[in-house]
Amino acid sequence: MEETAQRVEVRAPMSGIFYRSPEPDKPAYVEEGDVVKKKQILALLETMKVFQKVKSPTDGKILEIKAENETPLKDDDLMFVIEKSQT
Amino acid sequence: MFSKILIANRGEIALRVIRACKELGIKSVAVYSEADDTSLHLQLADEQKCIGPPISAKSYLNIEGIIKAAKETRAEAIHPGYGYLAESEEFAKACENQGFLFIGPTPQNLRLAGDKITAKKIIHDAGVPVIPSSPGGVGTVEEAARLSSEIGYPVMIKASGGGGGRGMRICEDEEILHEEFSVAKMEARAAFGNDEVYIEKCILEPRHIEFQMLADRSGNVVHLGERECTIQRRYQKLIEESPSPRLTTELRKVMGDAAITAAKAVKYFNAGTVEFLMDRDGNFYFMEINARIQVEHPVTELVTGIDLIKEQIRLSSSENLGYTFDDLNRKGWAIECRINAEDPDRNFLPSPGIIEEYHPPGGFGIRLDTHLYQGYELPIFYDSLVAKLISYDLTRDGAIRIMKRALEEFTIKPLKTTIPLYLKIMDDPSFQEGEFNTGFINRFVPDEDEDD
Repeated sequence: MEETAQRVEVRAPMSGIFYRSPEPDKPAYVEEGDVVKKKQILALLETMKVFQKVKSPTDGKILEIKAENETPLKDDDLMFVIEKSQT
Repeated sequence: MFSKILIANRGEIALRVIRACKELGIKSVAVYSEADDTSLHLQLADEQKCIGPPISAKSYLNIEGIIKAAKETRAEAIHPGYGYLAESEEFAKACENQGFLFIGPTPQNLRLAGDKITAKKIIHDAGVPVIPSSPGGVGTVEEAARLSSEIGYPVMIKASGGGGGRGMRICEDEEILHEEFSVAKMEARAAFGNDEVYIEKCILEPRHIEFQMLADRSGNVVHLGERECTIQRRYQKLIEESPSPRLTTELRKVMGDAAITAAKAVKYFNAGTVEFLMDRDGNFYFMEINARIQVEHPVTELVTGIDLIKEQIRLSSSENLGYTFDDLNRKGWAIECRINAEDPDRNFLPSPGIIEEYHPPGGFGIRLDTHLYQGYELPIFYDSLVAKLISYDLTRDGAIRIMKRALEEFTIKPLKTTIPLYLKIMDDPSFQEGEFNTGFINRFVPDEDEDD
């Protein structure tokens, strides 16, 4: 079953600054390997002082975190790769 | 008078200050972040200094970097604009200690304006009505409930260190108060690093009416009339006008005197704003002092003929006021729309990017304060305010017609902006009649929950 697991990409809905944690000194929302639930917060994206929550589109496991903390992303840049749960 | 001023800001307000400097024969220094090297304020200023990376905390909020730029360019004074360091006591002190004049209020004014509970107490003691509230911070939900029943519901829980509407919760009754109290504290801590909250009476159908103040170093204080800033979304002002369609000459006199009393009570210096909330019966209550030049200052300039930035500079160089409200050559009506790069159809999501097609409006009765130009790329790092469109005419109806015509002309493609929203408002009968309160905007945009 693992071989056919579906990879889900989470991309930036618009350009913005990517933050992995709610505050600089706080732990990251998620790390690679973490199991996440649908709608769980993965990161924040700040565009023109407005913060958007980046939420998981699915139940699954974080395979890769592609974006670097506190860096600007362009619209549609890849942020996370998630392995969708098989349930 | 100074020979060189550094402007510690960006965007339209940096341009505004640079233009005033030029007219006064003062050299200007623009500071900028690495993301702003194509910004218009660099082109208009006499000198330019990069002060750090794109993120505001490391550039426009970088006190050390700005002071260093002032030293290197031998500026004599620093104008902070609005936002960023404009209300930072630490910055004002740093300027003073390093031998630069901070063009704005004193550090003591800034500290008090930031400490809303103390400011309210001083101003209340001076005889200005304030909104009934808890005497200070409220620690427990039991204390909150006791005070709220004394004040009378509905009440508002507010963050002591707050502003801009964050950390505020309306409670209709005690049950809701019990639910909201801990949430408000958490929100306050997250937003301001201080979880102290207080309780305040919630004013029904309120209007936000503020008075523009100027004060010199000798203690003379003048008000320049009011601004009606009732049309807001989530406590962010959208449309401002002067005068207010709500005020009678008598009410203006009483409120103006109260505003002067408030400014004198805190020994205010330079330009500032005294904000009042007015209920549906015309009772007014002091809310806070904004210790800075405000975004909406142009409407006052158009109806009084006073250039507020030049007055800030003049007063900072220790000149005296020399006039009162009755001396002003007041005339006409001015309306400002804050054009934001936000999509009103998608819950005001920001809309950065390159401006491919730009046609600013012009003609009789139009003032446009903006840093936009054709081909400019709006950075993702900064505020979404891209232009202030101000119309002026002898009557309010005339100003509305000019505004509508100018909004129709204004092209900023392909960005999404708040222009379509303002066009709808200009056509709205209650707006045209001047009948509105702070809930007005909800008729045009549902206050959607950001969580889906």
